[in-house]
Amino acid sequence: MTSELVTMNIGPIHPSTHGVFRMRVTFDGETIVDAEPVIGYLHRGSEKLAEERTYVQVVTLTDRMDYTASMTNNQAYILSVEKLSNITPSNRGVWLRMIAAELQRIAAHSVATGFLINDLGAWHTPLLYLLREREKILELFEMMCGARITNSYLRPGGVFMDAPDEFWPSLNRFLDEMPGRIDDIENLLTGNEIVLVRTQNVATVTKEQAINASITGPMLRASGVDWDLRHRNPYDFYSQVSFRRPMGTVGDNNDRYLVRINEIRESLKIIEQCIDMIEPGPVIPKEVPFLVRPPNGESYVPIEAPKGELGFYLVSDGGIAPFRCHVRAPSLINLTLLRDMVIGYKIADLFVTFGSIDVNMGEVDR
Amino acid sequence: MMSKALSGKEIENLLKGEFKSSIESAGEDFIYIQNNESECIKIFTFLKDSKKFDLLNSVTSVDFIDHFCVVYRLTSITQNETAVIKIRCGEGRDNPTVSSVCSVWRGAELQEREIYDLMGILFTGHPNMKRLLLWENFEGHPLRKDFVS
Amino acid sequence: MGIKDDRELNLPLYSTTSDLDLEEGTVINNMKINNTQELPSDDLTSNADLKKSAFVTSIDFLLNWARKSSIFPAQFGLACCAFEMIASAASRFDLARFGAERFSASPRQADLMIVAGTVTWKMAPAIRTMYDQMSDPKWVISMGVCATSGGPYYDSYSVVPGVNKIVPVDIYVPGCPPRPDALLYGLMQLHEKIKRYSIKGKSAGNDV
Repeated sequence: MTSELVTMNIGPIHPSTHGVFRMRVTFDGETIVDAEPVIGYLHRGSEKLAEERTYVQVVTLTDRMDYTASMTNNQAYILSVEKLSNITPSNRGVWLRMIAAELQRIAAHSVATGFLINDLGAWHTPLLYLLREREKILELFEMMCGARITNSYLRPGGVFMDAPDEFWPSLNRFLDEMPGRIDDIENLLTGNEIVLVRTQNVATVTKEQAINASITGPMLRASGVDWDLRHRNPYDFYSQVSFRRPMGTVGDNNDRYLVRINEIRESLKIIEQCIDMIEPGPVIPKEVPFLVRPPNGESYVPIEAPKGELGFYLVSDGGIAPFRCHVRAPSLINLTLLRDMVIGYKIADLFVTFGSIDVNMGEVDR
Repeated sequence: MMSKALSGKEIENLLKGEFKSSIESAGEDFIYIQNNESECIKIFTFLKDSKKFDLLNSVTSVDFIDHFCVVYRLTSITQNETAVIKIRCGEGRDNPTVSSVCSVWRGAELQEREIYDLMGILFTGHPNMKRLLLWENFEGHPLRKDFVS
Repeated sequence: MGIKDDRELNLPLYSTTSDLDLEEGTVINNMKINNTQELPSDDLTSNADLKKSAFVTSIDFLLNWARKSSIFPAQFGLACCAFEMIASAASRFDLARFGAERFSASPRQADLMIVAGTVTWKMAPAIRTMYDQMSDPKWVISMGVCATSGGPYYDSYSVVPGVNKIVPVDIYVPGCPPRPDALLYGLMQLHEKIKRYSIKGKSAGNDV
């Protein structure tokens, strides 16, 4: 009896692909033999459009790249603009930026974990719990700047609007409740036999493989490398707050899930420290011009976004629009190893692996 | 403990031993090296193995109107240092070609495909030189300064 | 799919698929050249027969009530608007109380296509295929400004300036992204539109 290899297209529209992602996969029965990812279904040409907009208008383009983590996208871009044009941001603006970035990290990790568990087969229950927490964070963002998801909150020099008075009690209430909720979800999932059997020792990535493939972010820390840009190359006031960096050992799907859940707890601690240290003052210095016109030069400031290392490489020729704006997209680079991680495992592991890499198609395609 | 960004002079000192002839010029915090395909691979392999620059942060490209430029950013995780290396190519805007570093760092694979797709710079030695983000049969390379849609 | 079955196992798949890519690229180029006009959708306010006969027969009333009360959307989130669509289906702004209980993954079992997010020319053939696979009666909501008219990416080289160049659209919901409340309002407007159909006139879904 002979058997054949079957090549199948797991198309751009699929209930489990996180966005429009296509794979051509070759199977031998149920075992994956080969996989080719095809991307570009959401390529909107942000880098070319950025050359035609002023420096502040590009902030709206950067929101929409990784649309689950708009505040950190803005932060990466604004840090690059500030370095290019030698603007010193105001203190209160920086503390508000850090609070927004850590809240956004909690929201992005909740979404990533929720959809990963959804793909594992726990139909919607943990996802709805985590989306409920995310709704509270989006309410806090709405109080700060008026928009839920794609909030262009940051400007060169700080933020554009101060948080209103009702923001601080709501934030404190959120910080009191959240650790209890994370404990609830962990009780459901972390020691769960089905999750353990399906994710332990599946799609392992060793340290050397990860570093050679330019992997950064929670995926790198899950493989055992202690590399977190908030600690190694601090930006904003991250050198004045203290936090741990959760790490994994083996680099399998289970480690990546655990790293994200534990990072949510660390972000809560960072927000508490920021609230203690923030002082009243202006949120943007008066000297910052409305139309930023940096001198000739280039700059690149990488930050630790929820998906990995995100940085904007800006080249300026003295005009009001960037001459070249390139995004170092962590999701695109983390996809390098997808083919190797998936070969040899079953079709059911394909989407769990893809979900544990935590990719956002808006950032892959830009 | 900030990362130490190596200045142009320091990178030049690192490479001075055998690769002195390949260094074109040193800027403030980057260096330009010659666009010689075999020498480039040797330089990058030397940086990765002996000088411990094991993480390739990014490969980008810029279109200065009369030439193109490919920029490599390297990081050393153990020593917490960063270095920037640039290669000029395509003088006069014809046939920009650079050798691919996929054999040294695996992470350059998708980034070089994207540069070929959007900027038109060919990378010799790449295992899969196809368009990544746009569809095959798309005419032109959008990020070039002379692209008209 | 044009791949030989007895090829060696260690030859990567992507070295044999460039012909496929070229074919798909040709299809996309043709779509980009040909689809420059908006496709018309049902305009139920101008047909005099519809005005006369709507609400008169109880069969019409029952049929329209049954159709509008259980519209099943097809999962079609493309970009940022997808997250607002998910939020509107989650527990805070519950979409299920308006009848859209089951987001079906297969287009053959869906009535409504909510195009949420930016539509690029590379994605356009897939959207058209999915629209053709849905069976009558079917409706399309275009959610967000990217799907309505190209949005902030209007002048980009790879973005379709409005999904109504590819499929006929019934309801446009503006916003970037529209709040879940706005999507619910759009869905309720679609209910109002469905109430006006009659079996004597055209049924929903198009000959386009």
